[in-house]
Amino acid sequence: MLKFKSTRKLGVVTSALALTLTGLAGFSASPAGASSYQKAHAGGTLTLLASTAGGTLDPQVNYTLQYWQLYQATYDGLVTFQKVNGPASFTVVPDLATSLPKITNGGKTYTFTLRKGVKFSNGQTVTVNDVKASFIRLFKVSNPNSGSWYNAITGGDACVATPATCTLSGLVVNAATNTVTFNLAKVDPEFIDQLAVPFAAILPAGTPTKDEGSTPVPGTGAYTFQSYNPNSSLVMVRNPYFKVWNAKAQPQGYPNKIVENFGSTVESEVTAVENGQADWVFDPLPADRLGEISTKYASQLQVHQLTADWYVPMNTNIAPFNNLKARQAVNYAINKNNIVKLYGGSRLANTTCTILPKGFPGHTSFCGYTKGGGSKYNGPDIAKAKALVAASGTKGAVVKLVATNDAVNASVAQYIVSVLNQIGYKASVVLQSANIQFNYIQNTNNKVQISLTQWFQDYPAASDFINILLGCSTFHPGSDNSINIAGFCNSGVDAQIKAAETLSITNPTAANVKWGQIDKNLMTNFAPWVPLINPKLTDFVSSRVGNYKFSLEFYMYVDQLWVK
Amino acid sequence: MGEVVPSAVDNTTAAIAPATARGPESPWRSSLRQLRRNKASMAALGVLIFVTLICLCAPLYANDWAHVNAFSSNISGRIFLNGHWRSVIQANSSGYGESPIGPTWHISNYFLGADSQGRDVFARLLYGGRDSLLIGTASALICVFFATISGLAAGYFGGVIDWIVSRLLDITWAFPVYLLAISLSVILVTSGFSVGPIHVQAGSLLLPIIIIALIYVPYVARPLRGIVMTLKEREFIQAAIGSGASDWRILRKEILPNVAPSIIVFFPLMVAFNMLTESALSFLGVGVQPPNASWGTIINDGLELLYTRPWVAMAPGLMIVITAGALNLLGDGFRDAFDPKAKLRGSI
Repeated sequence: MLKFKSTRKLGVVTSALALTLTGLAGFSASPAGASSYQKAHAGGTLTLLASTAGGTLDPQVNYTLQYWQLYQATYDGLVTFQKVNGPASFTVVPDLATSLPKITNGGKTYTFTLRKGVKFSNGQTVTVNDVKASFIRLFKVSNPNSGSWYNAITGGDACVATPATCTLSGLVVNAATNTVTFNLAKVDPEFIDQLAVPFAAILPAGTPTKDEGSTPVPGTGAYTFQSYNPNSSLVMVRNPYFKVWNAKAQPQGYPNKIVENFGSTVESEVTAVENGQADWVFDPLPADRLGEISTKYASQLQVHQLTADWYVPMNTNIAPFNNLKARQAVNYAINKNNIVKLYGGSRLANTTCTILPKGFPGHTSFCGYTKGGGSKYNGPDIAKAKALVAASGTKGAVVKLVATNDAVNASVAQYIVSVLNQIGYKASVVLQSANIQFNYIQNTNNKVQISLTQWFQDYPAASDFINILLGCSTFHPGSDNSINIAGFCNSGVDAQIKAAETLSITNPTAANVKWGQIDKNLMTNFAPWVPLINPKLTDFVSSRVGNYKFSLEFYMYVDQLWVK
Repeated sequence: MGEVVPSAVDNTTAAIAPATARGPESPWRSSLRQLRRNKASMAALGVLIFVTLICLCAPLYANDWAHVNAFSSNISGRIFLNGHWRSVIQANSSGYGESPIGPTWHISNYFLGADSQGRDVFARLLYGGRDSLLIGTASALICVFFATISGLAAGYFGGVIDWIVSRLLDITWAFPVYLLAISLSVILVTSGFSVGPIHVQAGSLLLPIIIIALIYVPYVARPLRGIVMTLKEREFIQAAIGSGASDWRILRKEILPNVAPSIIVFFPLMVAFNMLTESALSFLGVGVQPPNASWGTIINDGLELLYTRPWVAMAPGLMIVITAGALNLLGDGFRDAFDPKAKLRGSI
């Protein structure tokens, strides 16, 4: 797969962008889980390749696309995004719950009935107590979004403040009726989406209330993690206790075993897939191999439009980027067309000037930092950037940019450093393994001034970009899980965010207009980021692979691939 | 100067040394003459001088001939070639992916093509050679300097001084060279080094120079210590001690001149070893830091272009092979001329 090396979130496109499927003769477009299971294709070992591991395996802590994609086959929540092809994959369907929740109390109470007879991969039966424990654990392990999503549950704010004593009073379970009731402190139109992502996976009640790291946590999916060594490989095998209860929520998988090997360079990964020695490349494909892949191996390449950002967060709290002019200078200086080239060309990415990706709810076209201004990107304005650096008094400042060490990220980072040097800084690049970089750049203790990272939507809502990435509630100084990497917190903007969220309950259209205004306000008056590109995703699979299915929410269904 | 007994200048050499009107030829002159007669060594020396000179000309080439900046990205750059303007980074025919321009074989115009940042590979190769040779030579000098002091002190004084020096060398020796070098580099190269008034910024070339120099000190110091211990038992040293000469004088006038041939033999070998170590560290990203270049970093840059633009990685690889090979040949020549009985290579 392309670029998602260290990225968090899946994501995807709105229905307007939908997905663009290229090539791939023989790949079905039928629903992933809903179609009838073809036993003849069951079996075999699917081999995935990634240059580095994706960090902790704990589903309530990990916030990377790399593992969220695998969690689809290993964990379940009360609800999930439907496992089908295309735009329908945005639809939330019941998973461990028997049906979608009964919503009462003006949208503040969600009542689920838990499905009976489902077992974890350790043989334990799933009970309502596991549900309660899982949500309490979510706060105790400092889930990245516990303070921005799940604190909507009554008692959630107290759990964020003092996780050790969390009881989450708003979550009431009844073993007799097998029901789970969420009482929200306020109406949250996105709560159902937030229950459908892996953070809300139901785990055994006895799971330790700490980040389990490399220790697999039992789940209810068709597969279970057998072993995980971040230095070598991750192995998934069939869950012996799994039985299909809703094929659209958790279908039976095809390979008997799924292995993800770490440690190769992306060049050798591509070669291995070309030679049939492995089945899929997770890392962004190197730009110089795309020509060969798209001609000689066209039938094995898939390209999908994504709603995602590649961006450069600048730490708004430490020098030199605690100075608005310095941040604006960097926005003016970077040639986004060059980033497109480094990513693989105009067929694989588009430049962007906004926080909200093109085609995303709330997106408004404008481009404040480009030669001549306007709504379209017209290239950099180096002279203006140099003038701003001089005016900011930050000229000559030592700047370190932290990026991941895969080929594409490293290349983009080197280019940005070159630009920073050009406009007057003494810049250098620090390349880190994707295994650690994403958490490293979040932690304020590491004093990261500027970094290169990516964001892929959790679900199609503007708040998932603006509130999650630039809201005060997601800035946690000293924590590895502070997804507001720029450390941006402005009470005025936060009030606007809250107002837009409230408005979205009654008038989503008007709310989207408001989100667009917030986006413009953020970039014009605060410039905490340099938005670079909206990428497309490329999946490169081996010639033996069949039954390729793609979810707009969680991307390729790994467990649905045929290797036999 | 007291008796100079370079082991290289053995009795045979002395016997065949032609007598002149001014008396017998000095051992140094004899060794140098012998070195000059070694055609392989002279050829190697010629290669080294050539490589060094062209690398020293890097700014001249980049600024006045090719008109390129070897350290700035040039992704949207264009060049005029064969009557046409061409992009330095070109889109593939399928529309997917972009590749840097390959070798043009026009010496002043992206001779070896561009890397993924659109930079002139040949210009970077020359700049990289400067850094690689500088680090190799400077670290060898520092290494030999500290190794000589350690070896002389431990071998001559013995006792507690020998015990302390030897244990320090043992500790350093106990770590595999590359493991120690990578560990130190990971810590120091990215964060810099600061002790008292000494501040070395992250990314400075001084860091790989110091790290590489220090890790090889035991490999030179221990054989030198052995040579000094042997020399100390020789009659002329005993005579000097008996005549009441000070330790400093004995070390300076009697021991050092007799150890010097071994040091001279060590030096080119250490330059080669250090250059290879630097290349390895830079290839791994813990040596010379971008946008600076060394042959190791250029190989790393070329790794992602190995299939479409192999020259990016091959050219610095060839330069390393040529330079390290020449240094080894020269080292062999030095050994044959100055210290033919030495078995120094086995200790490294």
